[in-house]
Amino acid sequence: MKLTGAQALIKSLEMEGVDVMFGLPGGCILPAYDPLLDSTIRHILVRHEQGAGHMAEGYAHVTGRPGVAMVTSGPAATNLVTPLCDAYMDSIPVVAITGQVPRAAIGTDAFQECDTVGITRPVTKHNELVMDPDDIPRIIREAFHIATTGRPGPVLVDVPKDVLTSEMDWYWPDAVDLPGYRPTLKGHPRMIKEAAALIAASRRPVIYAGGGILKARAAEALRALADLTGIPVVTTLMARGAFPDSHPLCLGMPGMHGNFTAVTAMQHADLLIALGTRFDDRVTGRVGTFAPDAKVIHVDVDPAELGKVRRPDVPIVGDCRQVIEELVAAVRDAGAQADRTEWIATLRRWQAEYPLEYETADEGGPLKPQMVIEALRDACPPDTILASGVGQHQMWASQYWRFDHPYTWVNSGGLGTMGFAVPAAIGAKVGRPDRTVWAVDGDGCFQMTAQELATASSERIPVKIAILNNAYLGMVRQWQEMFYDERYSEVYLSPDLPDYVKWAEAMGCVALRVESPEEVAPAIEKANQVDDRPVVVEFRTDSSEKVFPMVPAGASNDDVITAPGVTPARDLPHGTRA
Amino acid sequence: MSHHTLTVLVENKSGVLARVSGLFSRRGYNIESLAVAPTDDERFSRITIVVDAETAPIEQITKQLFKLISVVKISELEPSAAVERELLLATVRADPQTRSQVIELVGVFEGKIIDVGSDALTVMLAGQPTKLDDFEDLLRPFGITDIQRTGRVALPRLERNTPRLRSVKGKVG
Repeated sequence: MKLTGAQALIKSLEMEGVDVMFGLPGGCILPAYDPLLDSTIRHILVRHEQGAGHMAEGYAHVTGRPGVAMVTSGPAATNLVTPLCDAYMDSIPVVAITGQVPRAAIGTDAFQECDTVGITRPVTKHNELVMDPDDIPRIIREAFHIATTGRPGPVLVDVPKDVLTSEMDWYWPDAVDLPGYRPTLKGHPRMIKEAAALIAASRRPVIYAGGGILKARAAEALRALADLTGIPVVTTLMARGAFPDSHPLCLGMPGMHGNFTAVTAMQHADLLIALGTRFDDRVTGRVGTFAPDAKVIHVDVDPAELGKVRRPDVPIVGDCRQVIEELVAAVRDAGAQADRTEWIATLRRWQAEYPLEYETADEGGPLKPQMVIEALRDACPPDTILASGVGQHQMWASQYWRFDHPYTWVNSGGLGTMGFAVPAAIGAKVGRPDRTVWAVDGDGCFQMTAQELATASSERIPVKIAILNNAYLGMVRQWQEMFYDERYSEVYLSPDLPDYVKWAEAMGCVALRVESPEEVAPAIEKANQVDDRPVVVEFRTDSSEKVFPMVPAGASNDDVITAPGVTPARDLPHGTRA
Repeated sequence: MSHHTLTVLVENKSGVLARVSGLFSRRGYNIESLAVAPTDDERFSRITIVVDAETAPIEQITKQLFKLISVVKISELEPSAAVERELLLATVRADPQTRSQVIELVGVFEGKIIDVGSDALTVMLAGQPTKLDDFEDLLRPFGITDIQRTGRVALPRLERNTPRLRSVKGKVG
């Protein structure tokens, strides 16, 4: 069967089970948009290519299936760089298709030409320039395989315009043949046995669960391991929801803005069971002083993560779900667990002494952002999907939301991409139309990608956006207040400019503004009832509110500040708790 | 200075060298020398990379290299367990007064004279990199007008009854 390259491209995407893609057409990708008219694939027309990339990420976050973005060459491809890098840092499976100038024009500085493959090489797991229409099915098949297996990530396929218009003989490859790509999935039996022995003997163990748990669909396995061993679990920013916050063994989020118990438990642990996590600097604080007494079992599908930051005592390369299941069996065989009554009692005491807390608003004063998130949490179904941007609002959301289900938290962890929330929430709602999808966004973030609400309105994607409008680039303001003597430099944004209500209404959304505490619950209630268009609720929040606890950048996790001037962990002697 | 030699078998496709060299620059590893050549199997090329082991642990470098889809196999050659060779071409000033000394020097090093001009010679030497360094030092007083070195290539030393290549753990776990 003769097909054009463009027809082969769309057919290949259909063969991969793609049901929706996010994109924006232009010169070089034009040929691919024609067969799209006859395809079963739903195409969502974005307003900016960055939006397409983040939507694909949001879709992938909540479905586990690869998100697909298709844009044209040159500026469209460069606009995709940020979401590709974001997906690379957070291991999100994304397949990006970009148009390229015709083969003969490559290298001539043609109109809308850029070296897409060169530019995106360091921010993709893999990329390919298709120089022969016959290669299209094979390269698309490989792209999906690479994006979704091993450590997931973004893959970009760059297709010159004349490759799309040339004819080829259609085929679909039965298998992929990538001699240099064979991820190890099964853990080494000897290492698993060693790990089980370390676990059984440990008196102050902590399970350090990362985003890899979610990528490997290992939430149930993790729960089985925790229930079997009684070992407490911290869930990193990328792993919120991988272990239910309501579980008695859940200590919550560690790291720079983690809660006291999660941070301090790792500092005092004698064993860290690190599962699908990469010892990010936002978790470890100063690496040399991180969890100084702990032996480390490190499980990751990416061998390069083992020993990159912290040398593990037991390294295990493998798929988190498989390895944890093997570990559960090995732990059963290893016999009785050491007595950890004292450790658990210590953790309980810390939890009681140092809970997450904030000062409630003064009578007539501005809203506390934490209170808004708690009100939102309490008014939404427990399986609500929450997206966020990057900054203070993200940290409050991760602290005060209750994550009891996997795949309900969509955020930009590694790259920290401001403007992530709106498009990611749209992508998430497209992937899970049955769920309520809220985005908690900051006023700074919202202004970066808000135009995608026009996409959401026209495509009838009823996402809900809560803007915590504190009129500042709040996290930067917090650092300037704490570490730059309150010298505020270029962080003020104004609460009224733009007028968020008018802006949202102009984009076809229902828009509400909330300024006083008694308006909060009714506004959320009203927003939750809208199901035919996007809703934006602007909450005017206290601009002086800061995120605590906090470990200052570069400091030791022993220096966690729970409130201004309070660092309780310093007084706790290490290694004497059991 | 300590160095490691990696021989990296890669798919013979465009852009693979850029992937490898880009990885080194992005992660802050220093390349001391790099040589690329086709193998007897046309699907693959071999890149011989000498890395400065002080810029990063060699284990991390090889693991990151393994993540490139186009990298098929990596072997690390311990300096003591490998034979390394490099090729040097140099054009040296050699007027009638100094010509015989240059020729003598080339003879001592068992190099070759491959081109002759009225007041210059182009000479060639293949050998261990340190030998090339010595040769270059001794040529310099005569006046080197042009010099090219290839970067080293290496193969494991043949040792009976022991594994010839120390396979770097990575994809195989």
